Amino acid sequence: MALYSEKVMDHFRNPRNVGVLEDANGVGTVGNAKCGDIMKMYLKIEDDIVKDVKFETFGCGSAIASSSMATELIKGKPVEEARQLTNKAVAEALDGLPDYKMHCSVLAQEAIEAALKDYESRQEEK
Amino acid sequence: MIYADNAATTAMSEAAINTMTSLIRDTYGNPSSLYEFGQKAKEVLEQAREDIAKTIGADPKEILFTSGGSEADNQAIISAAKLGEKNGKKHIISSKFEHHAVLHTLNKLAKEGFKITLLDVHENGIIKPEEVAAAIREDTALVTIMYANNEIGTIQDIKGIGAVCREKGVLFHTDAVQAIGHLHIDVNEENIDMLSASAHKFHGPKGVGFLYFKKGIRLTNLIEGGAQEKGKRAGTENVPGIAAMATALNDAVNNIDKNTEHLTKIRNKIIAGLKEIPHSALNGDENSRLPSNINFCFEGIEGESLLLLLDDKGIAASSGSACTSGSLDPSHVLLAIGRVHDVAHGSLRLSIGEDITDEEADYIIKSVKEVVEYLRGFSPVWRDLVAGKTQFIL
Repeated sequence: MALYSEKVMDHFRNPRNVGVLEDANGVGTVGNAKCGDIMKMYLKIEDDIVKDVKFETFGCGSAIASSSMATELIKGKPVEEARQLTNKAVAEALDGLPDYKMHCSVLAQEAIEAALKDYESRQEEK
Repeated sequence: MIYADNAATTAMSEAAINTMTSLIRDTYGNPSSLYEFGQKAKEVLEQAREDIAKTIGADPKEILFTSGGSEADNQAIISAAKLGEKNGKKHIISSKFEHHAVLHTLNKLAKEGFKITLLDVHENGIIKPEEVAAAIREDTALVTIMYANNEIGTIQDIKGIGAVCREKGVLFHTDAVQAIGHLHIDVNEENIDMLSASAHKFHGPKGVGFLYFKKGIRLTNLIEGGAQEKGKRAGTENVPGIAAMATALNDAVNNIDKNTEHLTKIRNKIIAGLKEIPHSALNGDENSRLPSNINFCFEGIEGESLLLLLDDKGIAASSGSACTSGSLDPSHVLLAIGRVHDVAHGSLRLSIGEDITDEEADYIIKSVKEVVEYLRGFSPVWRDLVAGKTQFIL
């Protein structure tokens, strides 16, 4: 049996929405290199819709796949929906993760939360 | 596939497979049975003991067959501890980067009141005999230092460490799992009292190994229940496995010089090639290392994703990243040589096999370069390093 599902391997090998979003108005970074995982989410929000999203990840296969899947799940969605994204939904969309890799999906959820928080604080400053 | 994980396990040699299969089929008698068919198996067993003993300059009576390297490590250390305890000696010296079969056994003894000194292995992964000498106390029962490290391949001055122990009258055990069959070993010349070995690291079968124990050392049983192995290890002997181990070890030892020449050339080529990757570093001493071992850290990437992408390119390798172990900490070996967590996560171990070709070495270099560059391309850690927001470590 393979370590990861086909879905995980697909998102790991061909990550969606990977890179930097130059005109992002919400950016969040979670994790630390000491633990071996860092995720950075870039959001471009307009009219309460996640118009665009990109990510950068330092981490294992499931960390990269979780970030990729999370971006797919929120792209084009209302901010409210993005806010409600759970790590469980990310893991399920990937056809599951090994138990000891579930924290990768948590990180993806937290990265989006952090980016949304950054967006909100930027809005308040305006 | 290019199999570059020979430190994890090796392919069985054709000769070892032949020995094993023919014995499984034709010589299945129990060596403890008195009839001819059982005694035939006993003969095979004792011939294997003799052949194995000869490869390390030992007496056949000094060889105990085990299920592998871990069992041999456990039994050697427990035996020395029990012997020491009788004389009021409850101090053991080892190193920070031993295999867990050694470290976990020492942890167990620490709970029983033994004092453990784990020597520093320095940045190059080499322990000096004088450091061992300085650590020996009146109550030291055992020194256990591995012959060659399983992750970074560094080779210790075993003869020098053994001499220090001999002079001070302390038992000396070495976990030689990665060394035997790959380096010339003579237990007497190198002052070794006990040595652990595992067959599947030198093209023998899995689940079989041995412990060399110098005459006069009284072993403590780990497994009770029978008179096998002079009562020191109960259980019907794995005759086909043991004989196949002898076949494999003989072949390996006879080819050490030839293999070393070829492997060293290829190893040095791969090391030189991977050094061209910016912000990378070789782990462990460059010269005093196994001819098959290449171990690098690449800054800004994580090891598991590196392994998965190399696997896609048909290269089987290993990493000291936490993600490959299921724990949060990266390899204790890399931490022991002073690599910080951030860098230790991005490690790669290639342990090449004797049949590797020049073209395969080129392909490995090219593939690792590609994968490292690709992963750095979307690593936020790498971006910060390049932007000068954080400092490069390597």
